[in-house]
Parts: sequence; structure tokens; C-alpha cells
Amino acid sequence: MKDLALHILDILQNSVTAGATLIKLQIDEIPDNDEYQVKFTDNGKGIDAEMVKHITDPFFTTRSTRKVGLGLSLLKQNAERTGGSIRVHSQPGIGTEVVAGFGYSHIDRLPIGDIAGVLALTVSSCPEIEFKYTHHTPQGTFVFDTAEIKDTLCDLAISNPMVIAFMKDLIRDNLKEIKAS
Amino acid sequence: MTKITSLADLRKIKADVETKMSLRERSETPESMVQIRVAMATCGIASGAKIVMDYLITEMEKRNIPAVVTQTGCMGYCYAEPTIEVTRPGHQPLVFGYVDSKKADLIIEKYIKNGELLDGIIPVNYENIEGK
Repeated sequence: MKDLALHILDILQNSVTAGATLIKLQIDEIPDNDEYQVKFTDNGKGIDAEMVKHITDPFFTTRSTRKVGLGLSLLKQNAERTGGSIRVHSQPGIGTEVVAGFGYSHIDRLPIGDIAGVLALTVSSCPEIEFKYTHHTPQGTFVFDTAEIKDTLCDLAISNPMVIAFMKDLIRDNLKEIKAS
Repeated sequence: MTKITSLADLRKIKADVETKMSLRERSETPESMVQIRVAMATCGIASGAKIVMDYLITEMEKRNIPAVVTQTGCMGYCYAEPTIEVTRPGHQPLVFGYVDSKKADLIIEKYIKNGELLDGIIPVNYENIEGK
């Protein structure tokens, strides 16, 4: 994966596949502590403790279409390269939380990439799922909530190309404003 | 100060889209539209599926072809990523492999518009050993 946004696109798919109805993504930039944290929380079907143990094993996957599962393994590798780590908590029937910590100033920390595009694509592909994205930086906080967008849209589909373009602009502009990196 | 996009802009867009939609057929059901599913698991994303999906959404809109472009998981064709599945109304779904923006353009122009077949179709009857 070339940037964090692609990792996020990938990990969000896990939550979608797990049948979540609410997916939260939180990015915290804390340069003073040299921390860059990405947290995913969903209310999907969850996995049991035994699976959590194997979750970052590249040859472990819950799907049957192929034998490898690289999503979390690659994220772990990229986190560890920057002196960070990943943590996975899950409870069957309740949901899953994945936290990836990166070293903020580490040269190998991936750039955030096109997070606006990634979120707009994911959100428009899953109109029945609510997404909440929060991004904290020392300059401020940005919250993107699909519930708010859908309220404004009423019966207009969130997958409308003009709405997708709007969501991209909304996220991009606001992230620039809080100097997200 | 530069202007920041906000929810207020969405209301404007909504009004615009609604006038545009009444010009087109408003009652388009997903079945009467071209449906494209982009395989977006780890394998697809790593091979550039996001760029292809972005391209398809903008181009279908630009070329005025009503379509639903969505994501799907891994279809098991990791070797041929990025892969997309195209369903023309009333036709069987077709899976294309090794799709980049150039190939996507050909797929829109030849297959979606005219029904012409192209190289790179992954046959549906393909079964792997485990599927037997």
C-alpha cells in the first residue's frame, strides 16, 4: 500500500464484510508525543479471541475465496516500521476495534494520501451503513458524519456522482484547514 | 480566506441534481442501469482499484451513461487485479481483469456502449481445484 488512505480503504472493507451498520474511523495526530494513531471501530459481527490471535498472520483469513489475508498484516508491517504497533479487540456479536499506532515523525510513516476519495468511495458504495470520521490535529478537529449528509440529502442517493464529488471537496477542504498530514 | 466546502453547499448541489434528474428519467431502477462492481480487497487496492473506481464514476457521469458503480470484495482473481464486473441491463455479468484507466475507457466505449467483447474477460465457468 502506498499511503494510509489505501490501508484505510482496505480495513474499512473488513467492517463492511462483517455486517456493521456503524463504522467509526478516528485519526489522532499528536506530534508532541510523536504519535499518529488510526482507530477503526465497528458494530459488526466480531471475531473470537482465538481468531484475534491469528489476525495478523498473513496465511489466516476468514474468507473462502483464497487462502491468504494480507490486509491487517500489511498494516501491522507498516506500523511497526515506524516504531508503532497494531492492537485488535473484538467481541463476537458486539464489534471490533483496530488501533494502528505510527511514529509521527518517522521517515517511514506513510503519507495520508487521498483519504477524501477513499471515504467518498466507501460511503457511496455502502449507502445503508453510517460512517463517522473524526480527525484531530493540534490545529483542530474535523468530523464527517454520513448521518448528517443523509439528513440533508433526504431521498437523493448518496451514490450520486455529484454528491460523491461534494463529499471529496468537503473532506479535502476541512482537512487542509486543520493541516492534516 | 479561501472558501471551505460545507453542508450548506450540499443543499445547493441537491437542488441542482434534482433539476437535472427530472430531465433524465427519474424512475431509473438499478436493474435498468449499467452496474459495475470493482473488486476492492487488499489485492485489488494494492493494484490500483481505487484509481479505476474513481475513473469509472467520473467517466460514466461525464459520458452520460446511467450507472451504479460499487465496491465488492475479492472475487478470487487476485492474479488479474484490478478486476471489475460489468452487468449491462438484461445481460449476464462479465468480469474483466487487469483493468487500468485505459482499459476502463475501452470497456466503456466498446462493451458498455456497444456490447462488443474485449480481451481480458475472465470466463465465469472457470473453477479452481478447490471449487470442484
